[in-house]
Amino acid sequence: MKKILQGNEAIARGAWEAGATVGCAYPGTPSSEILAELSRHKEVYTEWSPNEKVALEVGHGASLAGGRTLVCMKHVGLNVAADPLMIISYTGVKAGLVIVVADDPGQHSSQNEQDSRHWTRFGKIPMLEPADSQECKDFTRLAFDISEAFDTPVLLRSETRVSHCDSPVELGERTESQVGKGLDRKEVEKLVMVPVHARARRILVEQRTAKLASYADREFPFNTTEINDPSIGFISSGVSYLHTKEIFPQYSFLKIGMVWPLPKKLIAEFFEKVEKVIVVEELDPFLETEIRAMGYKVWHGKDLIPAIGELTPTVLEKSLSLAVTGKDYEPPKVLVPIEDLPKRPPNLCAGCSHRPLFLALKKLGLFVFGDIGCYALAVSPPLSAMHASTCMGAGVGGAYGAGKVLGDTGLGKICAVLGDSTFLHSGIGPLMDTVYNGGYSTTIILDNSITAMTGQQEHPGTGFTIQGNPAPAVDYEQLARAIGVQHVRTVDPYNIKETTEVIREEVNRNTASVIITKNSPCILLRRTKPLDRFKHHHYQINDDSCMGCRLCLDINCPAISWTPKPGVAKNGRKRKGVAFINQDQCVGCEVCTQVCEFEGIVPCEE
Amino acid sequence: MANKTRNVFLSGVGGQGTILASNILGQALLNAGYEVKKAEVHGMAQRGGDVTTHFRFGEKVYSPLIKQGEADFLVSFELLEALRYINWIRPEGKVILNNQTILPPAVNLGKMKYPDNVEQTFRTHFDNNVWVVNGREIAKSLGNSQVANVVLIGALSKFFPELSLDQWTGAIQELLPARLHEINVKAFHEGRKQINK
Repeated sequence: MKKILQGNEAIARGAWEAGATVGCAYPGTPSSEILAELSRHKEVYTEWSPNEKVALEVGHGASLAGGRTLVCMKHVGLNVAADPLMIISYTGVKAGLVIVVADDPGQHSSQNEQDSRHWTRFGKIPMLEPADSQECKDFTRLAFDISEAFDTPVLLRSETRVSHCDSPVELGERTESQVGKGLDRKEVEKLVMVPVHARARRILVEQRTAKLASYADREFPFNTTEINDPSIGFISSGVSYLHTKEIFPQYSFLKIGMVWPLPKKLIAEFFEKVEKVIVVEELDPFLETEIRAMGYKVWHGKDLIPAIGELTPTVLEKSLSLAVTGKDYEPPKVLVPIEDLPKRPPNLCAGCSHRPLFLALKKLGLFVFGDIGCYALAVSPPLSAMHASTCMGAGVGGAYGAGKVLGDTGLGKICAVLGDSTFLHSGIGPLMDTVYNGGYSTTIILDNSITAMTGQQEHPGTGFTIQGNPAPAVDYEQLARAIGVQHVRTVDPYNIKETTEVIREEVNRNTASVIITKNSPCILLRRTKPLDRFKHHHYQINDDSCMGCRLCLDINCPAISWTPKPGVAKNGRKRKGVAFINQDQCVGCEVCTQVCEFEGIVPCEE
Repeated sequence: MANKTRNVFLSGVGGQGTILASNILGQALLNAGYEVKKAEVHGMAQRGGDVTTHFRFGEKVYSPLIKQGEADFLVSFELLEALRYINWIRPEGKVILNNQTILPPAVNLGKMKYPDNVEQTFRTHFDNNVWVVNGREIAKSLGNSQVANVVLIGALSKFFPELSLDQWTGAIQELLPARLHEINVKAFHEGRKQINK
């Protein structure tokens, strides 16, 4: 039976069919749907782990106890999980351990653009790269077998255009794993990585790589050669292969399904069968560098194809037309110059609890060390209330470190802001450092009770598991106190005046402090009935009172817009226009009413 | 024509239901025996950003992405988001516009103007191959403004005479819970009525 599946759903399906019994992940676009989908299968234990390092460690333990395990993350998540990854390469596995890493070329929703294929050579871990949903399922299934056969974790590299593309998949049945459950206390030389053991494993890792290389050449079924017109041969992998095949279908192809170790014999044969070789790959010249190092002459690769951004059929045609066809690329006619159109960037939702908090920070003129989450949208004008943002948890350490340089001159000028999920992911360590080493920065935890940006995933602070079962919830106040933070305060962010005063007091204090927002769930999190806390459901502009001062527009609420209408307000002052509140979007959060100085915003009659 | 890969470009604003619309399209075409591929960017879309879907179908489809200038259809849920992708349409391509405007931040703030006469711009370039549908009003008159997306799919369905009505309504029934079948099938038929050809 064929079913249309998203790449991520197909990866989950592949793991289920392969008999996986455990799945762990921290959400991150474009990988998040994999575990959500896997959690629907009752045969698989699944969990949202607090971060990717924990997810991989849990997954490794599960593998050692005999459970086939899938661990998923986005590309930057693998940076967090790199520590266990590099060692698990040495210890190997018992039941299959497959690690999915989803890249984001073009940075649709990411803070950088990194090519995860480099981990495979670096960590000496084989990597498979599917191109579409059918391959996502097939490759995942096979990855578990490879993992067990070669005693290695296996990386499965996806990316936005694989994870978030849908195509038909032939569904299969589930096969239970043959690996027995249990732990063996005699395997210390394999599992305890003290130097004397690790030196011995180091040799086995190299031997394993040699065996995998031979497997890639002789047995792995997804390295495929298609000889058509031999004047040009393309070597490619993943979705880049599909784009190339779309544009230049008449030529010859070597499609690489396992990007490391590479099938050297197949590559050698391909160079004999075709006249000139073009390597097509997205992001870095990974295949090209390897192939050149083997001594082959690559006709074209990154000399023509951009290493930055998404490789689309349009980009590919533009890069290669002249070389392949001898004709210049002819761009389609531009009917309307779209650069002149207003852009539509994402924005904090109407009623979001982050908006009033950032208004308070802006009022205080603080340098805000931000973090990764919806609240990073506060950087956009006119809110413009974030000044640094690096990676998960980084803002807490950043604010503390800046304070160490600025000393007293920085008091009252710095704070760190991060969400509940991000705090639990990697904010606790730097908070401990701030207290231990005498920092004075204030850490503000925006508790919206969910991992919001990636689409509402549970975490250890929400009180629910991935299956929706009740679970213990971290108490942020107690946690901060246990670390040694003496000044822990809570605020209602929707009360801008009080919130501003609390922040003012804490950022001026010469010792570490924590502020936690209370009763501020994500406005999209239905189970908390977030709208019930608002007295009125909608507000409107009182056209008589509105002075056209635009203060309410500066809060960047999607419900509020400007109507140019020169005239005179009730008090006789001239105005150029008035504000307007869209009733379809207003939820009655009363943030704009606190900003308006003229009582120009009033509740709608219910 | 049946062997050729055809391209449908869908655009709109987060929350307008473009994903469900393209899922129905995909299921209907799969039911009719085509290979389908579709590509979406999720992530920031939920926060009011623009969303696009590349949808391709045929006997054998390789790339999931449409090349600029090769969309056979543009189905847009919002007028500005239609204009943003006008350059993706083939000269003989067909355009279905949902007659709705959602103001982007720069327009809300009074810093930029929402483009005038979007419909006219499309007519200038695509002549009679432009259809304007009041998806939201039709959906509201059926009692649920959220089914505007299915109204638009109904309109698009008129251009695929090789698909039976059962293949379309079957797709709606396969993808949606039973309590939503009736209103969505109604929305689909209302959408079909909007295209006179």
